[in-house]
Parts: sequence; structure tokens; C-alpha cells
Amino acid sequence: MPRMTMIEAIRDAMHVTMAQDPNVVVFGEDVGYFGGVFRCTQGLQQKFGRSRCFDAPINESGIIGAAVGMAAYGLRPCVEIQFADYVYPGYDQIVSEAARLRYRSNGDFTAPLTIRMPTGGGIHGGQTHSQSPEALFTHVSGLKTVVPSNPYDAKGLLIASIEDDDPVIFLEPKRLYNGPFDGHHDRPVTPWAKHPLGDVPEGHYTVPLGKAVVRRPGKAVTVLAYGTMVHVAEAAAEETGIDAEVIDLRTLLPLDLDTITTSVTKTGRCVVVHEATLTSGFGAELCALVQEHCFYSLEKPIARVAGWDTPYPHAQEWDYFPGPKRIGEALINAMEG
Amino acid sequence: MSDSIPLSLQVPEPEVRPGGKPDFSGVNIPRAGTVRRPDVDASPADFRDLGYTIIRVLNRDGEAVGPWAGALNDEQALQGLRDMMKVRAFDARMLMAQRQGKTSFYMQCLGEEAISCAFQHALSPGDMNFPTYRQQGLLVAGGYPLVDMMCQIFSNERDPLHGRQLPVMYSSKDHGFFSISGNLGTQYIQAVGWAMASAIKGDTRIAAGWIGDGSTAESDFHAALVFASTYKAPVVLNIVNNQWAISTFQGIARGGSGTFAARGHGFGIPSLRVDGNDYLAVYAVAQWAIERARRNLGPTVVEYVTYRVAAHSTSDDPSAYRPKEESDAWPLGDPIERLKNYLIGKGVWSDDRHAQFAAEVEAEVLAAQKDAEKHGTLHSGGKPSVRDMFEGVYKDMPPHLRRQRQQAGV
Ligand SMILES: Cc1ncc(C[n+]2csc(CCOP(=O)(O)OP(=O)(O)O)c2C)c(N)n1
Ligand SMILES: [Mg+2]
Repeated sequence: MPRMTMIEAIRDAMHVTMAQDPNVVVFGEDVGYFGGVFRCTQGLQQKFGRSRCFDAPINESGIIGAAVGMAAYGLRPCVEIQFADYVYPGYDQIVSEAARLRYRSNGDFTAPLTIRMPTGGGIHGGQTHSQSPEALFTHVSGLKTVVPSNPYDAKGLLIASIEDDDPVIFLEPKRLYNGPFDGHHDRPVTPWAKHPLGDVPEGHYTVPLGKAVVRRPGKAVTVLAYGTMVHVAEAAAEETGIDAEVIDLRTLLPLDLDTITTSVTKTGRCVVVHEATLTSGFGAELCALVQEHCFYSLEKPIARVAGWDTPYPHAQEWDYFPGPKRIGEALINAMEG
Repeated sequence: MSDSIPLSLQVPEPEVRPGGKPDFSGVNIPRAGTVRRPDVDASPADFRDLGYTIIRVLNRDGEAVGPWAGALNDEQALQGLRDMMKVRAFDARMLMAQRQGKTSFYMQCLGEEAISCAFQHALSPGDMNFPTYRQQGLLVAGGYPLVDMMCQIFSNERDPLHGRQLPVMYSSKDHGFFSISGNLGTQYIQAVGWAMASAIKGDTRIAAGWIGDGSTAESDFHAALVFASTYKAPVVLNIVNNQWAISTFQGIARGGSGTFAARGHGFGIPSLRVDGNDYLAVYAVAQWAIERARRNLGPTVVEYVTYRVAAHSTSDDPSAYRPKEESDAWPLGDPIERLKNYLIGKGVWSDDRHAQFAAEVEAEVLAAQKDAEKHGTLHSGGKPSVRDMFEGVYKDMPPHLRRQRQQAGV
């Protein structure tokens, strides 16, 4: 089986869907000839021509608005926003248009589009190349939100997203593009080539939206994570020696509640982690759901480990980022009493 | 219906890509001195042609010619040369510092120095620039300390922005330099708002907005033009057309419009196009546009035609999308060389003095760097405190953030 980085897996997903369905088009800033600043669309223009993969003017509202129009026509656009931090000019087109088109037209028009964007920190990118805005999307009815944590899932989930008939926000943790970063920024990252989830089948396959996976089985405490934090949480579990069960949510909306409740019912303890700022983050939704569904199994209050409620800083990045140390402390704390 | 033809998508492409021979024969460059200079209170309808040509002062022989010449005396021109050389030396050192791991990121303005350096001198104290990341010349020409710029770039203990911002995203109200945003285009409409505020208050200060060719595609650019037009805001709306937006050539943002300057016409805003590599022309046009704003005659759009000689940033490698030789083929030359030749021609400068000054500038920048490094670089030495990370989110820290700061143990 080919070994791929997350970048190659994402590129391959677009390649497979474009080859299979002439309605799939790809565009965004710098994605055409150059193939994107992270090279996720490299070679697609050469292969499929300029009317299927092309550069867009720097206008995120335009990119997403045009994608909505194309989707209304019957295409399946998969557009790239260069960094999730730059999606805000397009937010109105997402929230008021793409998300509600099916509902307000009673299915007369729909918006089967995918909006890819690199997300998360860990690259010293400062406040405009590091944000994790997933909660701004999960809060919006009509959107699906996906966050892969490895090449295998990235390809399968992206194909599923492009083939989905509703708008999908596809957040790519950029710190995972080249390897499973575990939060130890002072150590070299293992390349995906040396990780089992860097094995990516050729051709078409999907990882269904709305299905979480147990990444690390355990009995003592459930850790709910997605994206980069899956690897950081796994490292924290190893380092503390706590028998934590790490769940990779993969899709935030629709959410796989069964996998979550099965685990928490078993462990009786739960730690929720994300890079995004704490207040009103997706972790708040997870805590509420676990509380509603597992209240009588819980032995301790659910804990959250998240980014501090500040803009993402440049110099203090590793004090901001919820690394293995902070997650480890939360695990230890969750096991007390 | 029988004669309808299948439609096809038309996607503009640059004339040459890597491997091809650079060709700027399509860039129409009028001879220096040939473009007229309207009065600042002339009706915009009477000089629409200035949005399609290129105002130039320095000719091939290094002489200042035509109606836009004569705006600067020799001492001012010499100052311009020194400013540009300082910016270039600063960029070169900071690029090296990034490669040495002393900072995470850097952006040069190589080849574009004349634009921000000359414009700054046409402004008056109290005016406000709303810059992009490629206008370091505004600060350098405005006398902002190089050490402070470097401390920001190094995110060290003396960083005026306390390590919070990405390198080069300076801020200095005292130097008329609005805090740079990483989000493209947002500052353009803010410049208009600042100018409107000055008008509301009966002030005399004006604003200058800055944007790159690629970023003119952002909605905020168009918002700026409509607000400026409606309220005749005292603002100069600068467009730096350096031909590239990362890997995307200017044709993607410009579309079917002949020039970026011509965008102003649809809003009824007078629009000029100027040789951005000609310090004297940039100054003359800036002065003209600033005077219009100051006399309450309203906004002006100015497009500077130039070329981004360096990579977009330290994260970029342009050889993947444009021919390596393209910058050598750029027909408007190098702004420093051109101003130097002019000054030598006037007998107020020489190759020797130039070399000597280059060495002095180099030493000045190096000394500033030594000074800055005493306060640390990104990964070593003095750092901004972790406490700083929690400060400044609000004027008064709310309880939840105070709790988080305690939790962080700082
Ligand atoms: C809203 C937003 N979208 C995208 C980006 C990513 N980006 C940073 S610089 C750049 C190109 C800008 O080109 P241009 O406006 O021509 O300015 P130049 O870099 O040439 O000076 C892009 C796309 C961003 N910073 N902000
Ligand atoms: Mg540009």
C-alpha cells in the first residue's frame, strides 16, 4: 500500500473524485498552476485542465459564493481557503447561504460543496496562521464539520465530504501535514511514512462522516479529541501511564455520540481536549452531551483542556498550545477520587 | 437556440512560466516626462487617461524630466537614496536572521523600496498610514528605530508588541503606522474610516491606505472605494502592483480592467498610475494626491507599477511559478540604481560616496541587530513573558481570563 503524507492523501482524494466525477471542480488562492501554498492541489490543473482546477482572486467571500453558485448549478466544488484564519470574509456565504440553501428552498437548490482549510497551530504562525475556528461552524445548522487526524482518514473523509450532498467544512490540521505531531515541539516528528496511518489505499474509498474511532483503547478515562490533539492526547496517555481511551471524533458534526457514550459509560471519567479557545468551544458541546447522556456513570466532573481565551500568540506559542503536559495533568486529576 | 455555441471557462494565465523566456513587451511604458500633470483641483473626468498610463520622471539617462519633475531638491533626493539603501540592507540582514533561526518569518520589499520611502516624506506629522506587511519603508524613512523593528521581528523581551504578533506586523501610532493585520485588505476601508473621522472632527490630518495588487480583489477594497467616493474622504488609496500575489499573477485580480488604477474610475475617484521604481515620480504623485486630500478635494487612487523581486516571504520559493530571470527582465529597473544615477548625474553623488554610504548603512544595521539581539531572539535569550500573553486581550482582564492565567501558573 502506498505511504502518503497527509498532503499527498488530501491531493489523492481530490484526484480520485475529479477523475470519477466531471462535476468536481477545485479552486482557491494559488491552487492552480502552483498547486497551493501547502501543495495540496499540486498537479491537478496539469491533469484536469484549467477549467477544473484554477486560481481564484483573493476574495474568500467570492470563492465561497462562487462555489455556492456552482453547486446550485449542479457541480461539486471543493474549494480551498488558504488558512482557516482567512475564512471570515466568506463566513456570510457559509452561514447565510451554503448552510441554509436546502432548507430555505425546500431542496429546490442545494449546496454540495466542500470548503477545505488548514487549521490549528504549532508552526509559529502567529494569530493569522494558527486559529482553530471549528466551533464557528458546528454552531451553524446545515453544515457538516470534519477534522481528520491522519492521512488514511484525510483521504477517506475528504472523498466522503466531496460526495456528500450538503456543505462540508473540512479542517486540515496543518501541523499534521507531514507527521503525527504529538505536542513535543522540541523533538523531531516521525514522518507519516513510519506510521501505520500513513498507509493509504489507492483509488476510491470513504471514511464515513459521523463515525468516530477509538484510537487508543483504555479503561480508566475517556479522552475526546480531534485533529492534532489526538496525537497529543495519545502521548499524554503514554507518558502518564494512565489507561486512557482516546477517541478521535473525526467528524464534529454529525457527531458519533454512541462511541462517546459507550466509552464514558465504561470509564466513568472524561477529559475533553482541543486547541481552540476554551469559552464556547466545541468542548462545551461535548461536555453537555456527556453530562446529558452519561450523568449516572460519571465519577468526576468532566474536564476540559483547551487553548487559553486569548488570540493565538507568536512567541508564547508553546505556553498557549495545550500540550502533553497539560493534558497529562488533566488525566492525573481525572483519576483522583 | 440553434446557433448557440458551447460555453467555456476562460482563466487568465501569465505569458510565461518557469522555463519560458520572460517577456514584458506587453507592459506599455511611456517615455519619462511625457505624462501631463493636472491641477489638483481639476475635474477627475478630465484626466481619466492618467489611470492607464505611467507617470515617470527619471529617464534612461538618469535625468528628471517633464511636468512631474522638480518636486524634490538634491538634499531630499539624497535622503531618499539613503532611506532606500537602509531598507534594503535591513531586509538583507533580517532575511539572514530568519535563515539562522532567529525569527520564524520575514518579508522583504526588494525592488519596491521607492514607494513607501518616498510616500512617507510626502506625508505630514499626524497623518496615518494603514500599511500592508510590505511597507517597512514607511517606518524606516519615518525615523522609527531599526532596533525596535528588529526586537519585534525577534519576538524578544523588548518587542514593543510583547511577542504576540507575527514578525513584521509592526504597529506605531506615534509614527503614523497603523497596526498591520495578517488579514488582507481589512486596513483599506479602515484608512477611509480614519480619514472620515478626521473630516468629522474638522481636523487637518489625512490617511493613506495601502494594498497589494492581489488583495484588491478583496471585498474590503471595494468597500473602501465606495465609502471614499461617497464621503469624499481625505485619503490616498495606494495600490502596490508588484505583478505577483504569492504565485498568482496580477491578471487574476485585475481581470478585464485595463489597470488597477482604473478601478477608481467606476467610483468616480481620480486615479493615477505611476512608475513605482522611480523615487522622484512616486514622491511627486504622492505629494499631489496628499494635497488633494488635504484641501478637502477627496480621495485619490494611486497605482504603483513595480515588481516583487524577492520571494513572497521566507516561506515561498518563486522558482516554482515564475522564471528566475523575470526580475532582471523587469523594464522599470531598480529604484536605488536609478536614483543613484540621477544624483551622480547632478554631480552631488559618486560611486565612491555610494560605496562608502553602503558600508555605513551596513554598519548601522549590524549595530542595531547587535543591540536587538542583546534582548534575545525567537529561540534564545530574553523573551516576552508568558503573562504578556494574557494581557491586552481586554482593557481590564475579565475573571475567566484571570483564572486561566492562574491555571497557567504565571
Ligand atoms: C484574507 C486573507 N486571505 C489570504 C491571505 C494569504 N495571503 C497572504 S499574502 C497573499 C498575497 C497578497 O498579494 P498582494 O496583495 O499582491 O501583495 P504582495 O504580497 O504582492 O505585496 C495571500 C494570498 C491573507 N493573508 N489574508
Ligand atoms: Mg502583489
